[in-house]
Amino acid sequence: MSTASVQLPNWITYGLLPLLNLMLAFFISGIVVWMIGENPWEALKLMLEGALGRGDAIGFTLFYATSFIFTGLSVAVAFHAGLFNIGSEGQAYVGGLGAALVALALDHYTPWYVTMPFAIIGAALFGAAWALIPAWLQAKRGSHIVITTIMFNFIGAALMVYLLVNVMIVPGKMAPETRNFLPGGQLPKLDWLMALFGLKLGPAPFNVSFLIALAMCFLVWLLIWRTKLGYEMRTLGISPSAAVYAGVPYVRTVVIAMLISGGLAGMMALNPVMGASGRLQVEFVGGAGFVGIAVSLMGRSHPVGILLAAILFGILYQGGADLSFEMPNITRDMIVVIQGLVILFAGALEYMFRPALVRIYQQFARG
Amino acid sequence: MSYFDILISILGSTIRLSIPLLFTALAGLFSERAGIFDIGLEGKMLASAFAAACVAYVTGSPWLGLLAGIAISIAFSLIHGFAAITNRGNQIVSGVALNFVAAGLTLVLGQAWFNQGGRTPQLPPSARFSPITLPGADLVRDVPVLGPLYANVISGNNILTYLAFLAVPISWWVLYRTRFGLRLRAVGENPGAVDTAGISVAWLRYRSVIVAGFLCGFAGTYLAVAQSAAFIKDMSAGKGYIALAALIFAKWKPVPVMFACLLFGFLDAVANFMQGKSVPFIGEVPVQIFQCLPYVLTCILLAGFIGVAHPPKAGGVPYTKER
Repeated sequence: MSTASVQLPNWITYGLLPLLNLMLAFFISGIVVWMIGENPWEALKLMLEGALGRGDAIGFTLFYATSFIFTGLSVAVAFHAGLFNIGSEGQAYVGGLGAALVALALDHYTPWYVTMPFAIIGAALFGAAWALIPAWLQAKRGSHIVITTIMFNFIGAALMVYLLVNVMIVPGKMAPETRNFLPGGQLPKLDWLMALFGLKLGPAPFNVSFLIALAMCFLVWLLIWRTKLGYEMRTLGISPSAAVYAGVPYVRTVVIAMLISGGLAGMMALNPVMGASGRLQVEFVGGAGFVGIAVSLMGRSHPVGILLAAILFGILYQGGADLSFEMPNITRDMIVVIQGLVILFAGALEYMFRPALVRIYQQFARG
Repeated sequence: MSYFDILISILGSTIRLSIPLLFTALAGLFSERAGIFDIGLEGKMLASAFAAACVAYVTGSPWLGLLAGIAISIAFSLIHGFAAITNRGNQIVSGVALNFVAAGLTLVLGQAWFNQGGRTPQLPPSARFSPITLPGADLVRDVPVLGPLYANVISGNNILTYLAFLAVPISWWVLYRTRFGLRLRAVGENPGAVDTAGISVAWLRYRSVIVAGFLCGFAGTYLAVAQSAAFIKDMSAGKGYIALAALIFAKWKPVPVMFACLLFGFLDAVANFMQGKSVPFIGEVPVQIFQCLPYVLTCILLAGFIGVAHPPKAGGVPYTKER
C-alpha cells in the first residue's frame, strides 16, 4: 500500500519530520566543515557563542532575524494562495526606494515616530507595486509567476542601480548611495528592550522595525486564519478549481495576495535602510529575500514558525560572521551552504523520511 | 574605429557571451521538455565552473577540467532528480536550494583549498581551451566585409564554441528524430500516457536531467577554462537565469533557443560596448537598460504580446503512479 495516504499525528508532521530534515541539513553542513579540516563541534560552539554569547551579538542576531521575518511572511502569504513568490528579494529592494523617499522628504521636518508610519506605507507600496505586474500577468495571462518574479528581481536590481548611480547619489561622491538620513528619518534602536533583560546592545543595529515585524506576524495570522480573504486565499492555494467553483474571484485574490506579499517584502527595507545604515545603498537586501524562502518553508508558512525560523537564520548569519573571524578557513559563505541545504531538505525533500516514519508509526500503533 | 569594425568587434563578443547561455539553455530544454523545471541551471553552471577550474589547475589539462565540470553538474542534476522525481518534491524549491548550495560551496571550498578569497589560481595557457584559427582565416582577412567576418567572428574561437553550435542540431535531432526524444517530449506533456505504454516515467526523466547536467557542465567549463582563466566568485552572475529566459523566449524549441541566446548575448555585448559612450541625439544610454532588456523581453513574451509561449503541459508536476 502507498504510504502517502496514511494520516500521521500532528506532532510527527509538524514536529518530528521538520526536525529530522533540519538535523540532516546540519549534519551535511558538519561534513563540509569537517572536509575543510575544521572540527564541526568546535565550529557549532563558536557559532552559537558568536550569535548569542553577548548583548551586541544577540542584537545582531535579532537584527538579521527582523529582515527574515518580513521576507518569510512575504513568501508565506503568497504560498498560502498557491503562489511561489521568488521575487521578495526584488520587492524588498524596490521597497527600500519607498522607505528612502519618505525618509528623505520628511526627516528635516518630523520626528521619527511621525516619519515611521509614512515610511511603512511607502516601503509597502513600492514593494507591492513591484509585485503587481507579475501578479497581474499570472492572474490574467497565465504567465508562470516563478519566472516573472525572477525576471523582476533582475529588472529591479538594474533599476535601483541606475537610480542610485545616476539620480539619488550625493553629487560629488563616488559611493552609489543617498545622503545620510537625519534622526527624523531613522528608526531608533531598541536598547531599552535589551536593557530589560540586562543586556547591552552596543553597536548592534537592532531597532524598532523588530516590533513592526512582530505586529506583522500577528496581522498575517489574523489575515490568513481569521478573515474571509485569508480563507479564500487558502482555498485557492489548495485547489484553484474548487475555489473558483465556490465563487472565489481568481484574478482579484491572486493580485491581492501578491500585493500583500510584495508589501511585506518591501517593509523589510525599513530594517536595514532606516534602522541600520540610515541611507539607501546598492544591494542592501543582501539575499534576505531568498532567505525568506527558507524561513517560510521551515516555519511551515505559519507566523509562529516563521518567527522561530527567522531567529534560527539570524543565529546562522550572525554566528557565521563571527565564526569566520575565529576560523578563517570557514568563510561567511558557509551560511549560504547551510541555507541551501535547509531549503533542500526542509523544502524539496520534506517527505523523504515520511514513508519510513509511517511504517515505524504503524508498528507502534498496532503493537 | 569605423562602424564596420565596431560591428565586427560586437559580433565577436556576441558569440563569446552567448556560448554559456546556449549550453545552459539547451540543458534547460532537455529538462523542461521532460517536465522537470530547472531553476538550478545557475547553480549547476557555477559548480561546474569551479570543478573545471580546480581540476584543470591540478592536472593542467582542460579536457580533464571539462570532465570534472560535467561530472559535478550531473551530480547536481541527480540530486535535483532525486528530489523532483523520486521524492516528488517541489521542483522550484529544489532548484533554488541547489543554487544556494553551489554559490556557497564553491566559495567555501575555494577559500579552504586555495586561500585566494574564493578564486582558484590562474590557469596557464596550456590548461585552457585556446582559440582555434580556422584554415584560411589569415588569407581572407583582407577580403572586404566577408573577410573580417570570417577571420574575427567565425574563426578564432575555442573548441567549446564550435561544440555549442554543433549541440544545436544534435539537440534538435535527438528531440525530434529519435525514439528517446519522442518519449522525452511525451513525458513532459502527458506522463500518464507514457506510463501506460509501459515506459518508466522516472527513468526517462532521470535520463533527461542527466543530459541537462551534461550540457550545463560545458557551460560552466566554458566560463572558467575558456573565457576566463580561473574560477571567480559568482562568475555565472545570473547567466543561468538569462538562459532560462532565452529558453522561454524560444518557446522551448532548440533552433529558436540558439537565436534567443545570440540575441541576449548581443544585448550583453552592446551593453559592454556602450559603457560610458554616448549615442548621437540621445546622449548616454544607461547600461542598465541593456542589462535588463532580456528579462523585460521575456516578461513581455510571457504576457502573450509576442506570440504565445506554451510550456510543456506536465512541467513542474511530479508524476504519481498510483494513489
